[in-house]
Amino acid sequence: MKRSKSILLFLLLSLTIALSGCGGDTKGNKGDNKESGNGTPIEDDTTAESNKTPVYGGSVIVGIQNDLDSLDPHKAKSAGTREVLFNMFEGLVKPDKDGNLVPAVAKDVIISKDGKTLSFPLRENVKFHNGAFVTVDDVIYSIKRCAGLLETSDPEVKVERALSCITSVEEYKTEDGKLGVQIKLNEANNDVVGYLTCAIIPKGYDQMSTKPVGTGPFKFVSYTPLQNLVMEKNPDYYVEGLPYLDQVTFKVSANTDSAMMALLAGNIDVYPYLTAEQANQLKDTYNIKKGAMNLVQGLYLNNAVEPFNNKLVRQAMCYAIDRQMILDMVADGNGTIVGTPIFPQFKKYYAAELADQYAYNVQKAKDLLSEAGYPNGFSFTITVPSNYQFHVDTAQVIVELLKQVGIDTKIQLVEWETWVNDVYAGRNYQSTIVGLDANMTPSNVCFRYVSTDPKNFINYSNPKYDEIYAKAIVEIDDNKKIEYYKQLQQLLSEDAASVYIQDAANIVALNKKLAGYEFYPLYVQDMSLVHYVE
Amino acid sequence: MKEKWDINRMIGLVLVSIALLLVVVGIFYTPYDPNAMSASLKNKAPSMAHWFGTDYMGRDILSRVMDGAGTTFFVGICTVCIGAVFGSIIGAVTGYFGGILDEIIMRFNDCVASFPSILLALVLVSLIGPGKYNIILALGILFIPSFARVMRSEFIKQKEMDYVKNARLMGASHARIMFLHILPNTRTILLSTITIGFNNAVLAEAGMSYLSLGVQPPDASLGRMLSEAQGYLLNAPWFAIFPGLMIVITVLGFSLLNERRGQHE
Repeated sequence: MKRSKSILLFLLLSLTIALSGCGGDTKGNKGDNKESGNGTPIEDDTTAESNKTPVYGGSVIVGIQNDLDSLDPHKAKSAGTREVLFNMFEGLVKPDKDGNLVPAVAKDVIISKDGKTLSFPLRENVKFHNGAFVTVDDVIYSIKRCAGLLETSDPEVKVERALSCITSVEEYKTEDGKLGVQIKLNEANNDVVGYLTCAIIPKGYDQMSTKPVGTGPFKFVSYTPLQNLVMEKNPDYYVEGLPYLDQVTFKVSANTDSAMMALLAGNIDVYPYLTAEQANQLKDTYNIKKGAMNLVQGLYLNNAVEPFNNKLVRQAMCYAIDRQMILDMVADGNGTIVGTPIFPQFKKYYAAELADQYAYNVQKAKDLLSEAGYPNGFSFTITVPSNYQFHVDTAQVIVELLKQVGIDTKIQLVEWETWVNDVYAGRNYQSTIVGLDANMTPSNVCFRYVSTDPKNFINYSNPKYDEIYAKAIVEIDDNKKIEYYKQLQQLLSEDAASVYIQDAANIVALNKKLAGYEFYPLYVQDMSLVHYVE
Repeated sequence: MKEKWDINRMIGLVLVSIALLLVVVGIFYTPYDPNAMSASLKNKAPSMAHWFGTDYMGRDILSRVMDGAGTTFFVGICTVCIGAVFGSIIGAVTGYFGGILDEIIMRFNDCVASFPSILLALVLVSLIGPGKYNIILALGILFIPSFARVMRSEFIKQKEMDYVKNARLMGASHARIMFLHILPNTRTILLSTITIGFNNAVLAEAGMSYLSLGVQPPDASLGRMLSEAQGYLLNAPWFAIFPGLMIVITVLGFSLLNERRGQHE
C-alpha cells in the first residue's frame, strides 16, 4: 500500500513535469549556416512611434537562438553569428534596410566601363575600435584575407568563393589626391560588390577571436560562451548621431521556451523569429512587428533520383501542394507564397508572376502522375532537420496534401549536422524541406542550380540554364541582367526544379518603449537605429 | 488487509480497462482521422464535437490519443517481449549452469545495466537511426539485462529445490528441466517483472518520442504529442493534458494491478 502511494505521487509529479513542459528543441525559423534569413516589412502594426522623440542612451537585451561560432567576422559561419557581428563590423560597403549597398568604409564605389576594375576611395575619418585610423593597408589585408589571397592563410577563415575572380587589390590615388583601393577582376562581374561587405579589420591583428576590433557602430565589451555577448556604443562612429543606445547585450536562449519565459517576465527587449502562436501570447505586452525572413522555404527534390528525375512528377508535386494551406496551417496565414528560389525582397529580379504558375489543382496533379507512369502514386521520404519545428510542421501538412493524389509520404527527422552531411553535402536524400537564404546578389541564389556547382544539392541539370547563368554573371547592363535572371527563374519554374513554398514571415517582439527596429532584406539585427522614445 | 487489496485492484483494473478500451477501440474506430488537419479548427477547446479539443493543426486530440496510445502500447509490448524472451533465456542458462559462462555474461550484463537506459537508447538510436521499429529494437535490447538478472536469481534458487533434483534423477534433460519444470514456477516473478517492464517501456517510448527520436511525425504517439504540445501549454492546455493523462492512467493502472498480485501471492 505504501508503495502504491509513492507510485501515485511519482506519477502525479511526472504529469506535472510533463505539463509544465521540460525544455525541448521545438524551433521554427531560426538561422543557421546559409539556410536562413530575416527581413523587410510586409506589414507593420506598430503605431505612432514616429511622432515620439528618440532619446539617446539606455541599454537593451536582444534574444538570439544560437551561440556564436566565432567572433572573427571572417570565420563566422552561421547566419545567427553574422546577424550579431553586423553591429561591430563593416565592409567597404554595407547593406541598408532597403537592400541597397551603401558605401561604408569606402566613400564611393566606381566601376569602370568594362566592369573589370572597381575603385573605392576611402573615408578619411573612420577609426577602429582600438583608436587607430583605417589605412589602405588594413583594407587590402582584409579583402585579401576574405578572398584567400594572403600568402599565409589561416585555414579557419571562410574564403568567399565569389571573390575568386579578384586578380589584384592595390592602393590608388583619386584625382584629388585622396587614397583609395582598387580591385581588378579577371572578368566583368559587378556582383562582386555585394561580397565586399566583408569586414574591414586591422592588418595582422591576431586577437580577433577573443577581442574583436572593427569599425561598426558598436564595440566589443565581453563574450561569455553560451550566455551572452555585450557591446557598447562606439563614440567615434563616422555616421553622425548613431548609434542611440549605450549598450546592447545579445543573450543566448537555449530554446524557445526559455526565451518565452524571459519575454513573459520582461527580461528581453527584442526577440526575433517568434511563431504566430507566441506572438499572440505577447501582443499585449510587446510591440509585435512583422517582416519577411528573406529566404525561400521549399520542398527541395533530388532531381537525380527516382521518381523526381521525371519532370512530370515534379510538376505534379507542385500542383498537388496547396501552399496557401501550408501558410494557414503553420503560420496563421503569414508569409508570402513564391514560385522561384529568388525571394520577393530582390524586387527587380524577383519574378512574382511565377507564384501562380502551379496553382493548387488536384486533378492536374493526378493527370500528370498518370502520364508519368504513376497512376496509383508512389511513396517517398522527406528528410527534415528536426530542430526546425516550422519545417517539421510544413512536412506534416504536405503529407496530408499528397495523400489526396495517392502519394504516400514518410517523414524522416534528422539532426542538423546529419542534414548538412547527408543531404546538403552528401546529396543522399529524396526530398527535404529547408529555407535557403542569400545575400543581396541574385547570383547568390541562382548559382546552386548550375549543373556543375558543388552546392547544387538538388542535382538540377539543364544546359540552357548553365548557358544563361554564365551570361547573367558577366552582364553589366542592368536591364539585360534582370532579363537573364527572369529567364533563369522561368526555366526553374518550367522544369519544376523543386516545390518553392514561401518566404516565411519573421515576427519580432519589441519592448514597447523602443522604436527604430528595421527589417533588413538579409539576415541582420541592426541595433544602431534602435532607440528609446519618450 | 483484504479490503485494501480490493481497492487497489479495483482502481488498477478500472484504469487499465479505460486505457485498453481506448486503445482497442482506436484500432478499429476513431471519431476522426487522427492525421486529418483543418485550418479552421486550430487549438479549439474540448467540446461536444471534439471531446479532448483539437491541436495546433486542427487535428482531433481524442482520435490522436487513441491512435497514439495504440502506437505506444505496441512499442511497449514488443519491447517487453524482446526483453522477456532473451532475458529469460540468458537468465535461465546462466542461473542454471553457473560457472565461468555465468560470470562472463553477468559481468557484461552489469556493464550494460550500469549506464542509464535512456542514454544507451540515445546512443543506439543515433547509430541505427530514429523510427518506431528502431526504438523497439533499442529499448528491447536495453530491457534484456533486467530480465536476465531477475530470472537468473530465480533459477539459482529453484535449481536447489527437491522437485528439480527429482526430475534430474528421473533422467530429464537440462532443457526440459529449465523450461518445463523451473520456468512455470517463476511465473509470479516473471509476470511482475513484465508489468514493471511494460510501464518502463511506455515511459521510455514517450521519452524518446518526446525527444523526436521515436515515432516520426505525422504519426501520433503519446510522447510525440507531449513534445508538440509544449509550445501551447498556456493557450491550449488540453493538448498536453490528455496525452499526459493517458500515460498516467496506463502506468498507474498497471502498477496497481501488479501490486495486488505481488501481495496476493
